[in-house]
Amino acid sequence: MNELETPLLMSRGIAPERSRWRWVILATVPLLALMFQVYVPMLVSSLSFVELPLLVTLHMALTRRSSVKGLLYGAAVGLMQDALSNRPLGMFGMVKTLVGFFAGRAGVLMDVDNAVVRFFTALVFYFFHQLFYWFLARGLLGQSLEFDALQTAFFALLNAAAAVPLFQLLDRI
Amino acid sequence: MQFLLRRYRDLTLLVLVMVSQLLLLAWQVRTGQDVRLIRVWAVSGIMPLARVVEFFRANSVGAIKEYVVLWDAKGENRELKEEVGKLRMENHYLKNELATADRARALAVFQSSSPSKTLAARLIGSATGANSRVVYIDRGSNSGVQKGMAVVTPSGIAGKIVASYPGVSQMMLVTDPAFAAGVISRRNKVLGTLKGQGSNVTLVDYVQNEEDVKEGDWFYTSGDDRIFPKGLPVGQVRLSRHGRTFKEIHIAPSGIQDGIEEVLIVLDGVHQSIPEAGETSQKLHMLERPPAESSPDKMIDFSSTGSKVATDADQVMQKYRRIGAAQGHEYGGGGVPNFNITPPPPAAEPKPPPQTPAPKQP
Repeated sequence: MNELETPLLMSRGIAPERSRWRWVILATVPLLALMFQVYVPMLVSSLSFVELPLLVTLHMALTRRSSVKGLLYGAAVGLMQDALSNRPLGMFGMVKTLVGFFAGRAGVLMDVDNAVVRFFTALVFYFFHQLFYWFLARGLLGQSLEFDALQTAFFALLNAAAAVPLFQLLDRI
Repeated sequence: MQFLLRRYRDLTLLVLVMVSQLLLLAWQVRTGQDVRLIRVWAVSGIMPLARVVEFFRANSVGAIKEYVVLWDAKGENRELKEEVGKLRMENHYLKNELATADRARALAVFQSSSPSKTLAARLIGSATGANSRVVYIDRGSNSGVQKGMAVVTPSGIAGKIVASYPGVSQMMLVTDPAFAAGVISRRNKVLGTLKGQGSNVTLVDYVQNEEDVKEGDWFYTSGDDRIFPKGLPVGQVRLSRHGRTFKEIHIAPSGIQDGIEEVLIVLDGVHQSIPEAGETSQKLHMLERPPAESSPDKMIDFSSTGSKVATDADQVMQKYRRIGAAQGHEYGGGGVPNFNITPPPPAAEPKPPPQTPAPKQP
């Protein structure tokens, strides 16, 4: 069931089951993603590369096919992520706002139900996310963060690989 | 205008959201202030969950792991393997308990022996962000924790508090690129500034190339930063070479080398002296003094009696003399006395002066 079918069902008096819990899910999933990012790397440091809040934002923007919803959702998730970091608020917020916006646009243009498309979308957006964050940290905060393009590309591959099953799971809930 | 806004609604909203966040960021950087409310909400929303998960993990992960291992057992060996598994579970559990008790004891010993007032805390999560070396600990402003307090382990300094919330605090590890602390070398008293590098090795900066710092030297906190009390171990030099402007000194921080689960927050620091270069950096394990024996033929604690007889050999010689005297035997005159008899008590031994029990070491 997608967004186009929902008004049709509503007009026929059939309330889609998912809509009741949609807001709860929309609020809970990023919280769990942040929880994962806060807690899991402490136990398994090798999993710190998984940028779950980004993948959740990406999924939401792609499947809703709306750049407005994408950018608002991205801004909210990003600000939450900023609040749990030791950096000023707005860094992740701005990056994820842009990711949400462009992913929403991409959702309109592409068949985002295809696993291959999802893989490459996640790959590109992860790289963009990291690159833009590095750019902001250097340009706005004057921090001397290092950007290892090769390592970022490798992590982008791993995140893209993680995104495919994750998106399938998120499709079901 | 209205047409344009409607036509470019998405872009307009994007610009608005981006500019708002940019202004928020600029305000924080310019004023040095923080939007504490948002952070408190986020931390209050996420950290209790992390605390609950950590509690269950700490108490049950061993059991679950072993149970999963057991689940694979099949056929004839099933029952046997189950039994082995159960034993393993118990063993694992006991080892965990022992390790926890050891860590807790080490912390308690350090806490009681340190002149500084400290508070024990446990790690419950890490901060978000790439290459983050910031973690959350389960003590906050409710327990008196404040921003800027030092965090240590029995092995050395671990980090400092960068934010304090009601139930939790954010702690920056020594390896964070933003971390800095004043340090001094034990051997030559060379002053420098410890800086995190984002990796497991830290750097001591602002040490002149002419200064004598060698690999293996120990660095301690100098107290200059007014965060860490003077005299806490920082780490051992792994690499020391000439740099362009200053000496390049790499240090393996001793406080977090073996990973950290429990830490001590220094609530009220007391400066200590830097140990002398000759002192060993490793702890020497010594048993307690054995209890005094009442039987006369047993060893006597001569150190407390004031007798000139001080060594074990002297005590043995005294005992043999008494045995010889009891049997009228003269040593060197031939024959062997019976060494198995109990010699009479030493009449000439001075009575030990009355002792007051020594105050227990804290």
